[in-house]
Order: sequence, then structure tokens, then C-alpha cells
Amino acid sequence: MSDTIATVNDESEQETQTAELDRVVIRLAGDSGDGMQVAGSRFTDASAAFGNDLATLPSFPAEIRAPAGTLPGVSSFQVQIADFDILTAGDQPDVLVAMNPAALKANLADLRQGGTLIVNTEAFNERNLAKAGYEKNPLEDGSLEGYRVIKVPMESLTKEAVKDSGVKGRDVLRSKNFFALGLLAWLFHRPQEPTLEWVEQKFAARPEVVKANISAFKAGYNFGITTEATKVTYLVKPAHLPPGTYTNVTGNTALAWGLIAAAHAAKLPLFYGSYPITPASDILHELARRKNFGVRTFQAEDEIAAIGATIGAAFGGALAVTGTSGPGLALKSEGISLAVMTELPLVIVDVQRGGPSTGLPTKPEQTDLLFALYGRHGESPLPVLAAASPSDAFDVAIEAARIALKYMTPVILLSDNLIANGSEPWRLPAVDELPDISVPFATEPNGPEGHFLPYLRDVHTFARPWAVPGTPGLEHRLGGLEKEAITGNVSYDPANHQLMTDSRAWKIANIASDIPPVEVEGDEDASLLVVGWGSTLGSIRAAARRARNRGHKVATVHLRYLNPFPENLEDVLRSFDMILVPELNTGQLRRLLRAEYLIDSEGLNKVAGVPFKVAEVEDKILEMLKR
Amino acid sequence: MTTSAYTRADFQTDQEVRWCPGCGDYTILASVQNFMANMGLPKEKIVFVSGIGCSSRFPYYMNTYGMHTIHGRAPAIATGLAASRPDLSVWVVTGDGDALSIGGNHLIHALRRNIDIKILLFNNQIYGLTKGQYSPTSELGKRTKSSPMGAIDWPFNPVALALGAEATFVARTLDMDRPLTQEILERAYQHQGAAFIEIYQNCNVFNDKAFIELTGKEERVHNRIDLRHGEPIVFGPNQEKAVIFRDGRAQVVDRASADPSEILVHDETRPDPTIAFALAQLSHGPHGPTPIGIFRDAPRDTYERLMASQIAEAQQRLGAGDLEALLRSGGTWEVT
Repeated sequence: MSDTIATVNDESEQETQTAELDRVVIRLAGDSGDGMQVAGSRFTDASAAFGNDLATLPSFPAEIRAPAGTLPGVSSFQVQIADFDILTAGDQPDVLVAMNPAALKANLADLRQGGTLIVNTEAFNERNLAKAGYEKNPLEDGSLEGYRVIKVPMESLTKEAVKDSGVKGRDVLRSKNFFALGLLAWLFHRPQEPTLEWVEQKFAARPEVVKANISAFKAGYNFGITTEATKVTYLVKPAHLPPGTYTNVTGNTALAWGLIAAAHAAKLPLFYGSYPITPASDILHELARRKNFGVRTFQAEDEIAAIGATIGAAFGGALAVTGTSGPGLALKSEGISLAVMTELPLVIVDVQRGGPSTGLPTKPEQTDLLFALYGRHGESPLPVLAAASPSDAFDVAIEAARIALKYMTPVILLSDNLIANGSEPWRLPAVDELPDISVPFATEPNGPEGHFLPYLRDVHTFARPWAVPGTPGLEHRLGGLEKEAITGNVSYDPANHQLMTDSRAWKIANIASDIPPVEVEGDEDASLLVVGWGSTLGSIRAAARRARNRGHKVATVHLRYLNPFPENLEDVLRSFDMILVPELNTGQLRRLLRAEYLIDSEGLNKVAGVPFKVAEVEDKILEMLKR
Repeated sequence: MTTSAYTRADFQTDQEVRWCPGCGDYTILASVQNFMANMGLPKEKIVFVSGIGCSSRFPYYMNTYGMHTIHGRAPAIATGLAASRPDLSVWVVTGDGDALSIGGNHLIHALRRNIDIKILLFNNQIYGLTKGQYSPTSELGKRTKSSPMGAIDWPFNPVALALGAEATFVARTLDMDRPLTQEILERAYQHQGAAFIEIYQNCNVFNDKAFIELTGKEERVHNRIDLRHGEPIVFGPNQEKAVIFRDGRAQVVDRASADPSEILVHDETRPDPTIAFALAQLSHGPHGPTPIGIFRDAPRDTYERLMASQIAEAQQRLGAGDLEALLRSGGTWEVT
């Protein structure tokens, strides 16, 4: 199977031809107010309905409405659609839609040589050209000669299309994203129904908007047919995915659903305390919509209150979860320590973004790994898990909850902006096959003479009993002061502090015996093992696949569990001559592996606020294999 | 009060109480334990949550559920507990540093939300556990280890702050006045929603006699203004002083010279907190004529009731959550 785009010669053809591709990467770019995210999502859903495999990469500025027409204001949405199981949103767009000069300038360098460029010509006026920093109009100066350019006067065509819809003034041009979408639908043989149905539902309360968007969409579609905007249209056939029922899901939505599923599987009410923060807020939004599941969402006054309320809810017997991003995790640090000391079960979601400080709020990084493991005062160990893709966030959420409840510990779940806002087709799990992760509350005294001993540990898990307020006879006090083993009374005794420190560490380390071993993907007899975690899964697996297609042997391992590591990890690492660890940080996992096992590895590290291109990982693999 | 099978001893723990001898906290602990015993609420339904500071050791000495948490965060932790467990009676014990300095944000938000937690703020106007720095309620010019030339921070008036956050129940009492404290605890318990009780508490080690103008035998008759619902606000050895509301503020006048119709009649239930706020401003700290009692007891919907009603409404409208349907809610397609 090839994963390079087919080349077509369209110059000699007289009529519009259909070329079959195995995959194509499309990027829509415009002002952050131009509706590029909406258009991209609609194209994605239509492609999902058509049966393609796909992966998406939205990119938008942190500002809600950065100055119109400027480079900082450019928002884009990239989607790769394929007839096979692709793993990333693609390195380079084959097709770029540029709604204005700034969008062109910000994205042209990424467009594949010879790629298709659809431009909204009417936005290329003097004012917009100046704002984007163009001295000459790139549509006229010959600088686009290496691309197939489709020039469309999108604004007047949109105006004409929506003139009878009833929308007025500035709203008229709002529909131009649907014009562009219509043109793409024609160019790629997308079904129209999913988009039309979505528009009707979404804007049901505003019939004039429904009419305008549908008119613009159809106008774009018909513009393709009637003008033969290009001599070639493209067809990417449905992918051969494993049988099942599929949906297209983003990571934040899958994570939120995973939490609801975890509460269901734990037979506990879900409490989600959170403070709005990019890019984690959508988890709060999704859960707030699901009150009919009994979900209690609490929008706290700050990050500290969010973790505080979550600890309170955990004490009360809820499946208690808080979600945030790096800056918020920093503020929650003291609260998480309290949860470590009180040994209460909770899940802390960190949707990582670029840092330090406010950093790059809308860009992905994997720079919080060491912070998740060690970012607390005192000896404060806890389990850390990471989601590897949007749909994987569902499973990891359930697994994080399972570990939290079984071991009475806070658990940090790492996601990142790529997973959170990216989407992929997801084969739905069978709800009745979800694991039972429920744990019993303590109901009877566990000590002599009817005493309750809140720190009498389970001999297997080392978990202490969970006795929730309201249970007669088990009244007890928790707190942040060191606890005496067994009784839970305050203790300043040196030997006790050592014992409790060791017990907390052992409890977490022991979880290694309760998680699946790592599985080696690819060639077990290869000399090179590529080790990754989190959202780099797609780039790493795709790069390894390409290297294999070139005749090389490569193996990969992807870690869901970052603390503790799976028990077989050391043996697996030792069975390869070379280890490569690609990470969107300066080498945090690599440092952990070396610290844990004294095994050296090579890093491929990038902290640019953008994911790895498959080619970057592939080049590194090939370079190492040449040695 | 209701009859109860409990005695004060049922609420005492086996932990040695470790406040300094003579600390006002002992009296407050006794008042709370007596109140709980009289109240008759099953003790497993009661939770005490505290932050950090001398007063925050309180939960260790109450044989109920409890959590001694981290500095300033008790209202947030109590909020999560109360929101997820409306069946419990959740009490917060905090101090002036804990509630008003490091935890100021959580306090005002708990109060504005009207979450059903009862906040007991032990105000001794000093940092005790860290050995004597000035606190956010220390008077201007207060000389302490961290303010050798006198504090230059304008102090908070906790009652005014709570009223500014539109708390629905706001009261002030004194550690020594056990009957009043118990009466206010019971009223706070009966109140639906957040209750804020400032308790003037003497720290005999670092800030002794801070409240002497309100507790001293000689002084108190001149300074203590007892607020009683439905009664004119008058005080003094012979009730010769009165409080009127004029020019947008509460003022102390000679009763004899006042037009009787002008004398404020205390009404805890005014929906608008303006008059209560004006009363709170009569004194800035426990100096001169200072109102004691319940400033405000005005009902408003509680956070947890609104939360529960939204859940009930969603379930009625959409049916109980169906996980299978949820996973399909974004549209699906079949691959065969």
C-alpha cells in the first residue's frame, strides 16, 4: 500500500476526470472568524460518513478574534482522508484553501509542491495584502507557479447565492465558508447530505441562516460543476476498517464520555470540578451537557478550588475528577499532595499545551510529563497515564478511574492539545462489556472494640478503606498532617513517617503488577526500537511503517503507563540494540528510562508547538539504521 | 432545641486537645460540642472541614467525620462535599488568616453560591500557629514581628465582607458568650444555604485582650450592641444609645434626642443587604460600639438544590443517561 498521493496530468484532458487517490491531505485556512473550524469539521464528518479513515489537526490562535486579516489571526483545520488506516493528519497538505492573503502566507510553505490551491480572490485587495505583509499580489506576480491555483471570487458568488435567504449586512459573507465547503465537496466527491442535515439542525432556530448556508454550499458545489474549476476531481474510496459501528470523535469528547463510562462501571456518581482553561474546557462543556447521567459539574472559582472541591467529592464517595492544562496543574499541586496524603481516589486530567507560563495555549506539547510525576512537594508518588489518540482517551479515562479507585490514590491522566481537538473514527466499544471497576465502601469497623482504622491497608493493594460520611460508626478524621499507620491519627514519629513514606511509594510501585505488559509492534527482531507515549503514536507508527515499506526492520513500543512502568519494559528495552525516543519535549521520557533502568536511548525532540511530521521521525529512523 | 440521645462526650475524641491553655478555642469547642449534642443530628451525618491554623485543628477534636485540609481551601473542599452529598451537614472551621488571606477567594465564592455549608471563622486578629504575625484583621498600626513599625494594611471587616458577597446568613458572636454562640449555631444549622459566623476569639498568647471592649465587665455594657430581630437597635447601660440610619450610613445617637421613628428596627430578613452592611460598618474591628448577633438571615435558593433540580430536569427531559446512545450521539456509520 502506498501512502503517497497519486500524480495526475490534467493539462491534456478535455473533460473533468476523476482520479483515485489512496489518501489526501486538505487544509482550510482563513481568519479566525471565517468559520474554518466549522468547515473543516463538516468536511471531516462527511468523509467519515463516506467511510474514509481520517485524522484531523485543528490549529487556531489563542485570541478569539485576533485582528482580521493578520497573520496572528489565521485559523486552520487540516484533515487527512484515506482508503486505509492512516495514523496522522498528514505532514503536508495536498490541497490548501486560503480565504485571504494572511492565510496564504501562513500556510503556503506547507503546501506540497504541485499541490492544489483554492483562493478567495476578492480578499486579495491592497488592504489585506498589506496586512499580511505582501508587497506584491501573489496571485499576479508568478510566485504561485508551482501550484495548481483555482481562483474563485468567493465573496461575490456567496453574496449572489444568499441574496434571497433573508440574512443581512455582515451576516451575508459569513456563509462563504460553506461556499468553500461546497466546492471541496464537489472536488472530492463528498456526499452532501451530512452537511445539509447538520446545517438544518444546528441553525434550526434561524431559518434564514439555514437557507443562506445551504445556498452557499450548493453554489460552491455547482460552481465546481459549471465552471469546471479544475479538470480533475478526486475520489478517495472508503477504507477497509475492522467491522463495527463507528463514530468520529475528538479527544476531549472521548475523554468526557470515558469519565461517564467509568462512573457507570464504578457504580458511582461522577463529579467534575474544573476551572475554564484552554484546551481542557471542552471536557467541562461536554460533561455539563450530560446532567441526565447524574453528572455533577462544578465550575470552580479557580484551579485550586477545582481540585479542592474534587477532593471533597472524593471524600463523599463520588468518582471525582478535575481537568486542566499545565498552568492549572501547577496551581493544583498542593491539593494533589493532600489527596496523596489522605489517600483519596481522584483523577486529574492534564490536557498539555505549550509552556512555560501561558506559553502556547492552543498548541500541543508533551512537556508536563516530569511535572506530572514529580511536581509536588515531599515524596508524593502517584500513577501517571497518557492517552495516545482521540479515541484512546475514552479507554484511558476508564483505566485511570480503575486505578484511582482500586488503589485509593490520585491519578494524573495526560492528554494534549493534539488529542483534545483532533478527531478520528472510533469503533464503538460494547457498553455491556465495560469492565466492572466498582470498589466496596467500608461499612463495618475493622479494628478491635468496634474501632475504625482508616489507615489499615489491604494486604494486596495496600489501599486504605474508603469510608464515606454518612456511614454510622466509621467517623474518622483525615488530614494533611502525617498519619500514623493503621489508626490514621496525627503522628510526628520518625519511624512512622519513614514507614508511611515507604508504604505510599510501594502502593504506587505495586500497580505495575496490575497493568498489561507493553506490546512490541512491528519487527521484534529489529535492531531499533522506537519508544513513545501520548499523541506521538500516529507519527511514530506511520514513520515505522514507511521505514518497513522501504525494507527496514523497526519495532515500536507505546507507553500508556508512565508511572509505574509496565513490569516487562526493562526486558523489552534490553532486547534491542538501539532505542529512539521521539517526544514533543526536550527528552523527559528518555530521562525517566535512563533513571529507572540505566538504559541509554537517543532522543528526537521538538518543542515547536506542532506535532512531529511523519517524515521527521522516518528520517531519524533511517539515519539510525544506517549506522 | 430538640431532644437528643447524645451528650457532649459523644462528640469528644480520644485525641489530646493541643491548644494553648487559656485559648478561646476551648470555649468554642465546648459550645459546638454542646450544640451538636443538643441538636440530635446523627453524628455520622456531620462533617467538619478545616484549613490550616490553630483553629483548623478543630476537626481532630470532634468525633464526627472530618478533614483537616490545606491552607485556605476548606470552603472549596467543603463545597465539593456538600454539592455531591446534600444529605450531609458540612461545617467549615477557619481563622482570619486562613479564610481572609490565603483563602479569601474560596470564602467569597462559597458565600455567593449559597452552598449549604456553615463557616465558623475564629477571628483572633493575629497569626497564632506561625507565632504572631499580623493578620488581615489586625488593626492598622498593629506592631508584630512582621510589622515592627506597625501594620500598614487596612484590615478586613469580616462581616462586611460576607455581606458584600451577599451571604444569606451572617452573624457575629464571642467565644466567651456560649449561650449566644449556641443559639447562633442552631440558627445557622436551620438556615438553608451558606452561613457565615464570625467568632471573636481571644488569643491569650499573641494578642491577649483584643476583644476586651466587648468582653470586659466594665467595657462591654457600653460597647456591645445586641442585635435582636424585630426590636429597635438600642444599647448602653440604660439603653440610652440608639442606632439610626441617616445620610446613607448607620449612626449611634443619644436615644433621647432621636425621633423614635428613626431608630432602626433590626430585620434579619431584608432581601437587600444594605442596612446589614451599614450596621457592620458601625465598628471596624472590636472597638467602640460593635453589633453582635445575627446581621442577616435572608433565604435564597441553595447551590446544591439548584444543581439537583437541573439534574432532575435533564433526566425528565432526556431520560436517564443511556451510555450506548451517548456514544452514538455524534452520528455513526457501519463498517461491514
